[in-house]
Amino acid sequence: MSVVRQQVLYLWLDTSSLDGRVLGWAFHDGASGRGPTPPAQEPPYATGVSALGDGWCLLQSSQLIPSHPGMEHTTSFLKHEFVFERRVELT
Amino acid sequence: MTLLTTKEMARFVARGHLRFDALVPIDLNERVVEELEALTRDRWRPDGATKPPATGTPLSACYPSPSVLGEILRLPRVQGIIRSLVGREPVFDHDFVHLREAGDLWEQPLHADAIIDPTQFAFDVQLFYFPHELATGEGGTRFVPGTHLRRVNELEVGRYQHLLGEEHVCCPAGTIVVFHQGLWHAGQPNRSDRRRWMYKIRLNATERQLQLWNTDDLATLHNGPDDHIFARFADDSVAKQFRHKEKWCDNADYRLEQVQRARLWRYLTGDETFDVDYYLTRVERHRRLESPS
Repeated sequence: MSVVRQQVLYLWLDTSSLDGRVLGWAFHDGASGRGPTPPAQEPPYATGVSALGDGWCLLQSSQLIPSHPGMEHTTSFLKHEFVFERRVELT
Repeated sequence: MTLLTTKEMARFVARGHLRFDALVPIDLNERVVEELEALTRDRWRPDGATKPPATGTPLSACYPSPSVLGEILRLPRVQGIIRSLVGREPVFDHDFVHLREAGDLWEQPLHADAIIDPTQFAFDVQLFYFPHELATGEGGTRFVPGTHLRRVNELEVGRYQHLLGEEHVCCPAGTIVVFHQGLWHAGQPNRSDRRRWMYKIRLNATERQLQLWNTDDLATLHNGPDDHIFARFADDSVAKQFRHKEKWCDNADYRLEQVQRARLWRYLTGDETFDVDYYLTRVERHRRLESPS
């Protein structure tokens, strides 16, 4: 009997477009290493689109939110966050 | 006492840290471990013989002789670095001995220390002192250069497992890395077969941080608001250092980072016309047009 487990990949890109270049990444593995795992110490993909090409499905992208008045020059979190999932079938 | 140069201060403003390799002499690095052990052992004991100073104690009164930590904090070069950043009489905020046992694989999430600070410019510094040599994987602190001016609260940035350009401290014995209070960092696993010691101390300024460093080279490097990458620009100016783009930073925020650095430099130099690539000056011109007075 097979079970399905979710893998989640966060990519932070250099623009709001999915074909932007990867600046940061995080991986969470519901399959506990029993499925394919991306390399930890180097960007797993060059762009968000390359992740799609490797079987990742886009779950969410960050909204484009206008700056709050008075905060136009403030920097905080990385803005262009894309969350992907991949479902791994384990036997 | 050797103060920081303008070039070093500009680098600190741009990247949020300065690193001084093997600054502390070998004999102090060897002797300090016993004191670090005592601090670790006694910190939480009501009757501990070795305790950290009380918060708010002037640095000059911390760890009086005989104390190896005191000797290190009173090294002329260390004094010069501290004085350049937080002035003549900073006070002790807190310190902590970060001990990672051999084989301790816990990885701390990325964070900025304390809480989000709505203050615009005044800052504390944290000295990270590594008394022994650290190779890759031996628990050297992970940090992300240039994140210090980002407004985040503590562990909110723990989501970022990997960012381009992040660094892990690998260093010779006696290295001190000085962080702006806001720099994102995290303790790392110690995969080696020996203990990893690190001593961190946070210091608060008690005076306006205005031209506290060696300003002999300020007039040469400090630039006017006309130093503009799309017009005429100098090749050795402070602005040039502020144009450094961190690898983790997106293109749009990169310009805002330059604005943040320029505003902090105005505070540190007292020059309210300083600018990088005309961003602030342009907006200020518009503001004046809308509000003639």
